[in-house]
Amino acid sequence: MTRTHCPYCALQCAMHLEPDPSGNLAVRPAQFPTNRGGLCRKGWTAAELLTTPERLTTPLLRTDTSSEFQPVDWDTALDHVARRMAQLRRFHGPDAVSVFGSGGLTNEKSYLLGKFARLALGTSQIDYNGRFCMSSAAAAGNRAFGLDRGMPFPLSDLGGAEVVLLAGANPAATMPPMMGHLTAPTLIVVDPRRSATAEQALARGGMHLAPRPGTDLALALGLLHVARVENLLDEDYIAERTTGFSEAWRHVAAWWPHRVEQLTGVPAADIHAAARLLGQAGSRYILTGRGCEQHSSGVDTVSAWINLALALGLPGRVGSGYGCITGQGNGQGGREHGQKADQLPGYRRIDDPEARDRVATAWGVDAGELPGPGRSAFELLDALGQDQGPRAMWLLGSNPAVSAPDAVRVRRRLAELDLFVVSDFVFSESCEYAHVVLPVAQWAEERGTMTNLEGRVLRRNQAVNPPAGVRTDLEVIRELAVRLGQPAERFPSEADAVLTELGAVTRGAPADYSGISARLAYRDGGRSTAGPSSGGPVAQPASYVAAEDAASVESTGEVASPDTGNELYWPAPVDGSGTPRLFLDSFAHPDGRARFLPVEHRPAAEAASPTFPLLATTGRVLGHYQSGAQTRRVPELAAADPETVVEMHPDTAARSGLRSGDQARVTSARGTTLARVRITAHSRRDTVFLPFHFAGAGAANNLTNPALDPTSRMPEFKVSAVRLEPVPADEGKDSPDE
Amino acid sequence: MSDPREIVVIGHGMVGSRFVTECRARDPEGQRVRITVVGAESRGPYNRILLSDAVNGRLEESELALPSTTHANDRVCTGRAVTAVDPQSRRVYLDDGTELRYDELVLATGAQPAFPPVRGLVDRQGAPSDGVTALRDLDDCARVRSWARSGAPLVVLGGGVLGLEAARGLNEAGSRVAVVESAPWLMRRQLDRSGADILAQQLRTLGIDIHTWRVAGRWVPGTGLELDDGRMVPADGIIVTAGVRARTELATAAGLATEHGVLVDDRLATSAPRVHAIGDCAQHSGGGAGLVAPGWEMARILADQLTGVDPAARYRGARAVTRLKAAGIELTALGDAEADAGEQADVTETVTVADPHGGRYGKLSVRSGHIVGAVLLGFADAAAAISQLYTEDGVVPADRLSLLLGLSPTDSSPASSGESDPTVCHCNAVRRSDLESAWLDGARSRAALAERTRATTGCGGCTRDVDALVTALGDGAEPVSH
Repeated sequence: MTRTHCPYCALQCAMHLEPDPSGNLAVRPAQFPTNRGGLCRKGWTAAELLTTPERLTTPLLRTDTSSEFQPVDWDTALDHVARRMAQLRRFHGPDAVSVFGSGGLTNEKSYLLGKFARLALGTSQIDYNGRFCMSSAAAAGNRAFGLDRGMPFPLSDLGGAEVVLLAGANPAATMPPMMGHLTAPTLIVVDPRRSATAEQALARGGMHLAPRPGTDLALALGLLHVARVENLLDEDYIAERTTGFSEAWRHVAAWWPHRVEQLTGVPAADIHAAARLLGQAGSRYILTGRGCEQHSSGVDTVSAWINLALALGLPGRVGSGYGCITGQGNGQGGREHGQKADQLPGYRRIDDPEARDRVATAWGVDAGELPGPGRSAFELLDALGQDQGPRAMWLLGSNPAVSAPDAVRVRRRLAELDLFVVSDFVFSESCEYAHVVLPVAQWAEERGTMTNLEGRVLRRNQAVNPPAGVRTDLEVIRELAVRLGQPAERFPSEADAVLTELGAVTRGAPADYSGISARLAYRDGGRSTAGPSSGGPVAQPASYVAAEDAASVESTGEVASPDTGNELYWPAPVDGSGTPRLFLDSFAHPDGRARFLPVEHRPAAEAASPTFPLLATTGRVLGHYQSGAQTRRVPELAAADPETVVEMHPDTAARSGLRSGDQARVTSARGTTLARVRITAHSRRDTVFLPFHFAGAGAANNLTNPALDPTSRMPEFKVSAVRLEPVPADEGKDSPDE
Repeated sequence: MSDPREIVVIGHGMVGSRFVTECRARDPEGQRVRITVVGAESRGPYNRILLSDAVNGRLEESELALPSTTHANDRVCTGRAVTAVDPQSRRVYLDDGTELRYDELVLATGAQPAFPPVRGLVDRQGAPSDGVTALRDLDDCARVRSWARSGAPLVVLGGGVLGLEAARGLNEAGSRVAVVESAPWLMRRQLDRSGADILAQQLRTLGIDIHTWRVAGRWVPGTGLELDDGRMVPADGIIVTAGVRARTELATAAGLATEHGVLVDDRLATSAPRVHAIGDCAQHSGGGAGLVAPGWEMARILADQLTGVDPAARYRGARAVTRLKAAGIELTALGDAEADAGEQADVTETVTVADPHGGRYGKLSVRSGHIVGAVLLGFADAAAAISQLYTEDGVVPADRLSLLLGLSPTDSSPASSGESDPTVCHCNAVRRSDLESAWLDGARSRAALAERTRATTGCGGCTRDVDALVTALGDGAEPVSH
């Protein structure tokens, strides 16, 4: 039996993997403070991915994308990739080769991939899909608190709250076991849809505020306005622990409830009621999710929610707070260790001379050899194959052909690359545009650490060896680095060795992992547990017993015992014991104070118009994860949610000549998505909703707008102006996938 | 790059300051325009909408300040009045003897309170008498605040939006308030008679005396207000909220076409070249004076034109929504409250709900599928949806009564409670029959059922249902057939 954590979202539910009677691994939930023995349907079926018949086990190669892939051996594939990368680099300069990573990669992979890009390729052109996920909340957290750790408190703290406001978050569908912490508090859910979370809030006496997509910022300003007028602010806290309230207030003053109602469609009476509910509670939290972050004003929107939290005196106090709900499995660690265009490991900035010196010294190079900041994710994808843009890309753990905004355009860009290399364990939609596909190990076939939504570093353990022919990402990084002329010792392929190095490099940085790797080295002696690639179960790593003990200690709210080796909350300096709750004494700005930001509502990049009279917003369903490349290959999940649906109000459907179950064509200025009509009575009449887990003609991102936030470079996934049309029955039937 | 164009703005109130902010949002570096604002008041711009919160003491004066974004080259001249405008030489003359040249002039002079011809309200110089005030600026607000004491009798002259908001604010503060309105009913411009009657009843219930269709005869300082029927309404002070008059003096003197405001077209241009007017001083055929939203809309549209961001921007008139900002009363009015009685009454469909006992009144008038008027008293949920449909001129759904009542149409998806074999655990798609099968196979506790079926392991929302099922099956309930 192996105890590990789920391959999907940032809740990282603990689970046991053990052979079932047929000899395949099966999942059983495990006790851990975050999931408390729970799992959702994705987690329960996660082990089916290990035996999916669509598994890639041999490298695939073709020299041009019009010909068929040929299976080749690893040396042939890697030699080809390294030679082409070197050629393109020689001919067009180092930025001709780019790297696109993922918030699903382990800390070790994120770190080593960033190092590979900067040293082996010398490119500034590295970014990752977390840009589409956490960048707005991260930027807003950094500027308000001086540090971004999604939840700066243990998740289990939420259980003791009286009121929790969830802005643009739908955990009942996206991370169901989190709801176990939200049964006692009264919930205020802010979401244009009557989501599963909104339903639960209402069923338990809470509230659902349904703003028009793209107006969350004004709603947050309106709630702060009412809280001030009703004298619910914490004046002492504002005076002692913050700066900038009066500048921020000037903008808030202009958003009185009736004006907010006019813009958002949220009744002024509800704004009053919600402000009172939140303002009068003793213990309360404000949490944000992608719903309010994935906008061209995403950073300011999160800042508006943080302003509300600060004005009520929540952050940096036991029993209250602000947090963002990180999405991807390693969405937290993935944004800390250097696969982001503007970052070096430990959440250091790549344009900070001191940070560059520290990291360059640790890597044994001159700081001048480190490239500067590169393009952000969408800008990088959009530049592929263009004048001045990269000619080559290596893609790991992501599927932008489905998940990037304006996906039709992004697919066209991928097709223009001279060299496109994809590492994946199944043939994702992005592989269709590749020259080389490298079959890599997944989740339970290797070990590594993930940092969950609380900033807690978890060990994923190896339960089974990868199938023959498959290599780990770390091995591939090392092999390519060596072929590109790097010394082998600079790129260890063993996870614990990478973690040890990561710890040393991040020592003293904002995201300090030195204590984690030191304890790991102490307990495990840095030994490898990966077996030969011959299949079959592997031995249980030694560090686990301690981990279970730590879990039980943690659940009582105590600080983890100092010798657990993992499951600590960062910052975890080498001589400390982790930090479950940040900011209790001071915030991370030099003056120790949190900052109010003077933010103002600005409209979404696109408004409804006579041609595109409705707004489309996108999101998730319970049964699928991200682009669906994994979950659409799990039969039980695929059967439950087989295709794209478009949710709408009955009046909206009637006006477009649509009935429940019809096939609809949803069209924006950028593209078209075919989707099955689902009538939902509580929808806004001006808004339709589509899940984004499906590919080809059903890809919701064919519609979405790549208008970017000026600070975070987050695309505006949540607001696109669209129109609806019925698809004639015969056309719908014949419609191909693409 | 050529020099930025010189814009002079007269008036630094809500609309004038907004215009500056809108220009700066479009031209943050000051490359296109340089702005000079002249404001007569010595303090910076503040939010008049919030005066009622200041009257009842919820906000401090300083908190009413509006955000102002200016470029280093911009100038803000406060405490100085404009004495004359000369459109020919493109000059503005100030009371300190200086003059300003402009490429474009923006009049945002606003409006001033209009005092009805009631004896005793003003002295020989035209200044308000003892115990008399308007409610337009911060000084008025401070005066009213100083009068608001528990038990103090006060009278509000004018039963429009501003008057009723003030009356309710003072009433909340413990004053004994009477409202005197010369029209047949309250909020005559926004409400129909039936709605106004129910509103008046609500205000009376809150302790406010209402005297409609009564003309004030004489203000007697220290005594009160004498009405035309001879009755004396006792009052320490009188707050005059009987309407406003656009400030058009400068425009008239400069030869611009004015009626009750400075006449403007869709470009917000006046009859003089390079002179524009926005906000309460402007008169556009589409209306909008008196409310802040249309004034800010004008500021936005003129900023689009004068910075060159969108030379085609036009003001198409206001689809204004009136909200009464009074604690305990939810009132929204828009369009023509009497659309069912006017010329097009025969082609207007009106739904009306009157509930005098519950203090609620709803009226929705629709013509060709579009809202032409509504009164919503006590329908907080419907107000948001209806005012959005009205401002965007959207098509009204078929079920108008539901829209008026703020109800959602019935969900067409089958409710699980009605099914014979409902899904109990949505996270793991576990039906009641799955749980019963597991129970029959020996899973007799929630934990055992969870292990067998996964029910309760997702969000946990079904835990109580599963517990209830365990109890029921233990008590011998018959499993559903499957």
